Amino acid sequence: MTQTLVKARVNNLDDYESIIGGAEVAELRTLAARLRGRSVQMVNSTAVGGGVAEILNRMVPLMQELEIGVRWDVITGGEDFYAVTKAFHNALHGESYRLSDESFKTFLANAEQNCARLHFDCDFTMIHDPQPVALIDARPKDRGHWTWRCHIDLSQPNQKVWNFLAPFVNRFDSAIFSSPAFSRQLPIPQYLFYPSIDPLSEKNRDLDPKFIEQTLAQFDIDPRRPIVTQISRFDRLKDPVGVVRAYHIVKRYTDCQLVLAGGGASDDPEGDAVLAEVREAAGKDSDIHILDLPPSSAPEINALQRASTIIVQKSLREGFGLTVTEGLWKKKPVVASAVGGIPSQVIHKHTGMLAHSIEGTAYQVRFLLSNPAIAQRLGENGHEHVREHFLITSDVRRHLTLFLHFLRPN
Amino acid sequence: MKATEAFQFATASYLVRIGNQAAANLLELEQGLADCSDASIFYHTFQSLGRHHFLTEGFSNDFAQWVLGSCNRPALAEQMATVDIRDYVSVVDLRNDLRKVVQEYCRGNSGTASQAAFERFFFCETVEEKVPLGREAWTLEEFRDGLKDLAHGSLQFHFITSRLRLQLRTNDFSRWLSQEMGLIDLARKVDQIDIYTTTLDSARSRILHLVEGELAR
Repeated sequence: MTQTLVKARVNNLDDYESIIGGAEVAELRTLAARLRGRSVQMVNSTAVGGGVAEILNRMVPLMQELEIGVRWDVITGGEDFYAVTKAFHNALHGESYRLSDESFKTFLANAEQNCARLHFDCDFTMIHDPQPVALIDARPKDRGHWTWRCHIDLSQPNQKVWNFLAPFVNRFDSAIFSSPAFSRQLPIPQYLFYPSIDPLSEKNRDLDPKFIEQTLAQFDIDPRRPIVTQISRFDRLKDPVGVVRAYHIVKRYTDCQLVLAGGGASDDPEGDAVLAEVREAAGKDSDIHILDLPPSSAPEINALQRASTIIVQKSLREGFGLTVTEGLWKKKPVVASAVGGIPSQVIHKHTGMLAHSIEGTAYQVRFLLSNPAIAQRLGENGHEHVREHFLITSDVRRHLTLFLHFLRPN
Repeated sequence: MKATEAFQFATASYLVRIGNQAAANLLELEQGLADCSDASIFYHTFQSLGRHHFLTEGFSNDFAQWVLGSCNRPALAEQMATVDIRDYVSVVDLRNDLRKVVQEYCRGNSGTASQAAFERFFFCETVEEKVPLGREAWTLEEFRDGLKDLAHGSLQFHFITSRLRLQLRTNDFSRWLSQEMGLIDLARKVDQIDIYTTTLDSARSRILHLVEGELAR
């Protein structure tokens, strides 16, 4: 059964003209006109939390406005299934994981249930990430184009887990990755699609300065001193403890504050344990603000990013890092790890600074705190980079182009 | 004045296809430059310029950026960055010149040529979906009005990537102005706009300024 999943306030395509220009919007309509009446199905594993759900929340209404019949389905599963997929997720990011017969069976049993529950009758079906990949078993014969869109870093996957998933992936018509580095040797065409943010969403739209002030006051953050911020789920792969260590180095030179703010995703059972580790690393430093925010905190996250002097994303592994995109969009200087899709966004010394270690992160933060003019130029370049490549409208355009490509004879 | 043939405004939308080739050091880059598809050379040079048009300093093509950022070889990066795509009417020639620059560097620096880069270079290529915008210009006024309304994708298509399509050292706009309108001097001035040091928007502004000047004569 198809659920009604779009929860965000819906903007019209015309609302984006002030951001990308009327000509870009008109070109979207021109491309979409060639697909009018076609149907698209998006399938992922969670309706709330995480970058994929955020993208779909925005993309689905825009495609509908372009008169493409798009629907969004979410697979269902119990705690045992999500424990397995979380372990798969970490293993695909390179962590060691021993695939037991039990986890194998749990994954396949869930796929079987969802194959029976969902309907697959669209012209184009896009399956997001590994959790629903086995739905390819339900593909109707001789109907539709199926694409697997992988949002995670597959550059060094655990081979056992990948060998289990690859036979499913190989049966799609094409695969999409967020960075060339994530692609695998596959017998199907592989495309590069950047994930995207919505500039009009509550997390990214312009804010009243009073709201920003109120938010800082709400969390007892001093607006007069520099604020270094990492927005992320409390996840070891985001290395929040490493950020605290980098902050300790910076603090020796500059009287700054650290904000670590994140929400939880419904498919992540490890968040509480990581949060406890971060609190322990922070100790009693009152300038470290650890904010465990509920999913409804988009305006507050927006305000924290806009109030920040520098945005940090010190991930050990990263699919793409939409929090980096958000920081760049807000014209903030960003210091981020050179992992995953981040180098596509942070072109070193052009749109931000890349780092490879805790010490490197601390050095780049110190450098930018001492050189505000350079920080400002990076922020402005970063904003343009996002406008050009990483907005939801660009993502919609890439999808339209892919569908047109599928329809081209031979 | 009416053109002998109308200018047809179009846009192109691109899918980036990830190839199976990658380079982990300069020697492998040289080999990749020899083996990769023409579409890959096109993507990492002509299209790279369009993708990063808002960076008006120090960014030329993906190869040069990788040599600088991932191999930390500024002298070679500078040489690769100064290969000006406007001088080329074929990908084969562009490929040969880029390869020659890397080849000569590797010969003279055999120790560093095989050193591992921070990140690998992945050769990609594009799949083009060209879509006519259903708009045409028969006069300079109509051309000006159409140009004002063009999105970046169309500007890139007509002004940058057209050089290869035309197999000439010019762009769609200049070709039309020259051949269909007989405005040879205006066409030359439009072609002189430096796409390496201007954004697409500022290039458009300069073209519009030149066209307005012609209309005011």
